[in-house]
Amino acid sequence: MSDRPIKVLIAKPGLDGHDRGAKVLARGLRDEGFEVIYTGLRQTPEMVVSAALQEDVDVVGLSILSGAHMTLLPRITDGLRKAGLDDVLVTAGGIIPDDDIPALEKVGVSRVFGPGTTIREVADYIRGNVRPRA
Amino acid sequence: MSAAAARAVSAAAERAAALTRAARGGDRRALARLLTEVENRTSAGEAALRELYPQAGGAHLVGVTGAPGAGKSTLVAALVSEARNDARPVAVLAVDPSSPITGGAILGDRVRMQLHASDADVFIRSMASRGHAGGLAGTTLGAAAVLDACGFGLVFIETVGTGQSEVEVASVADTTVVVQAPEMGDEVQAIKAGLLEVADLVVVTKGDRPGASRAAAQLRAMLTVGGQHDRAAGDRPRPKRPDVLLVSGLTGSGVAEVLAALDRRAAARDAAPPADGPSAAALARAEAQVGGLLAERVATRLHQPAQAPQWAEVLRAVAKHEVDPYSAADRLLATIGVPGEGA
Repeated sequence: MSDRPIKVLIAKPGLDGHDRGAKVLARGLRDEGFEVIYTGLRQTPEMVVSAALQEDVDVVGLSILSGAHMTLLPRITDGLRKAGLDDVLVTAGGIIPDDDIPALEKVGVSRVFGPGTTIREVADYIRGNVRPRA
Repeated sequence: MSAAAARAVSAAAERAAALTRAARGGDRRALARLLTEVENRTSAGEAALRELYPQAGGAHLVGVTGAPGAGKSTLVAALVSEARNDARPVAVLAVDPSSPITGGAILGDRVRMQLHASDADVFIRSMASRGHAGGLAGTTLGAAAVLDACGFGLVFIETVGTGQSEVEVASVADTTVVVQAPEMGDEVQAIKAGLLEVADLVVVTKGDRPGASRAAAQLRAMLTVGGQHDRAAGDRPRPKRPDVLLVSGLTGSGVAEVLAALDRRAAARDAAPPADGPSAAALARAEAQVGGLLAERVATRLHQPAQAPQWAEVLRAVAKHEVDPYSAADRLLATIGVPGEGA
């Protein structure tokens, strides 16, 4: 059905406690007409994968500012693949150095959004890249 | 039916059959996909429900309702943990409101339900209300039937944060738990009609806070008053006399007692002799589902694209007060062959 809302999981893996950005994005995507599942702080990769699976989301958006992205994000994309969720679009945002982006893209993060990204950019990217589901 | 339409129907039926088989075999991803089909009201979702409905009916459906922030999600999470101590599979359907403006939603109930990520026998699913009023989504009961048929014997249905009168969940759940935080008002709040009246169980949350046990005592006094008149009431509808329990999500106190109270109700239902027929809750659920689908199907037929000019014309006439709304409704019903009230 074409009018079904896109479902997005917004999660904060790891230990940093800065969730303002994730909340603002969740709120902004709500206003863009998405159904946003917000899971809050301190998510393990297993929690993210399990939530993505049970909620059958189209997109997983990961916010991370702790510097642990090279450890946590590959574990999440790997877990999603193992759970059979390879058709889920994975994006990341937060504080992620440009030099790390190619490696993250290689493990399945389709896009890394840096500081200054507008909500409209994120929404448009999701609409343009979310994979059609049967 | 055209050949293309027939092919689409059989493709949907095949997809439904494959998902249903996998989901009943314990494949959680298939279960999640099936719930999406149901939630999106696809033909595969409908085909799956037709197949699964006869397998459902055994689960205890527990509605959990109350004001925003009262502690519904925290209570449900604690009850899930408690049920898992006995290794029982548990599912949760957590409904949050959709924006009436953009259709978007924030589904935030999982924030409080983080403990069981790697436990395959806990399945939590958020649902946006998608325009449905009354505290649930239009497809919540369908989703509950799917979970029931897939082996979840205990299904919690958490409503959107409710006000005083969103009581829909009470007409569809086997047991309705009304969650009340302390400091939510005086005794007059406790005797108002509405939400508290539909409770089979009232749970006062945040029991570690000062004043919580006083709030529970007040509610108990007000909700159980008048019990002695019940026998004299004859056939008049009687108010329920819910137990009032005090819990703390912080310390976990009282949670086991709530689950035990729920289990007593399920046991009483299961012990009722079959000759008594379906329970009142099951009959009410049947009525809600069939009534909801009837209204939906009539609305779909009324809103076929071919009817659009007629709709526009009728609405304009009503807006200009040339036609009254009753005659307008009759006129539209006549377009699908249903005689109106005034006919």
